[in-house]
Amino acid sequence: MPTIRIQAEDFDAGRELEALTKGRRDVGAVASFIGLVRGTNDGHAIHAMGLEHYPGMTEKALAEICREAQSRWDILDTLVIHRVGQLAPGDRIVLVGVSSAHRGEAFQACEFIMDYLKTRAPFWKKESTPQGDKWVDARDSDDVAAQRWKG
Amino acid sequence: MVTLLYFAGLRETLGCSRENVALPVGESTVSMLIADLRNRDPKWSDAFGPDKRFRVAVNQHMADLPTPIKAGDEIAFFPPVTGG
Repeated sequence: MPTIRIQAEDFDAGRELEALTKGRRDVGAVASFIGLVRGTNDGHAIHAMGLEHYPGMTEKALAEICREAQSRWDILDTLVIHRVGQLAPGDRIVLVGVSSAHRGEAFQACEFIMDYLKTRAPFWKKESTPQGDKWVDARDSDDVAAQRWKG
Repeated sequence: MVTLLYFAGLRETLGCSRENVALPVGESTVSMLIADLRNRDPKWSDAFGPDKRFRVAVNQHMADLPTPIKAGDEIAFFPPVTGG
């Protein structure tokens, strides 16, 4: 069963990944990804980052993405924690963890979950910059990254 | 009645996060609903204009212009997502 959490608080990646494999003897690999708030974007400085989401749909979309990963790769368990609210440069935003018997499956499924999260999970970022607040535009490169898992 | 939700930049542009609206009698789709919203005034017409990129979800699942809608549905409009 995927673990999905949306929260304002920070997370302890070590503890979360340990919980993913606790009590299991079938796990041979854990791949993980941590996303952080960058202090610059497209050449301008960022003081803070606000994250909004669509409560209810967000959890459903992430669970669906994890189920899709489970159906594509021979993986054991998945974990997605995504923060919302006001964050600062250097803060952690997202943690994805995937456990499997062998590393290849975990690496691929972890990247797939992030690519799909970027294009399908209803989160929106708003940057605070010296020129004022600005909603972040979706990147075409994220669509391209998600497209490569098609077919 | 259906519940309409607006998120992020679209919510700010429209000055509305949530509203209930009556559906016309007979079959309805996302596309027909958007046509009604565009008819409200220039602000709405522009926000849902053909040059604007936005997404729609029906009952918390990604939907499309031809997706049918019915009384009781929750229909959300939002800009392309930027999480992660």
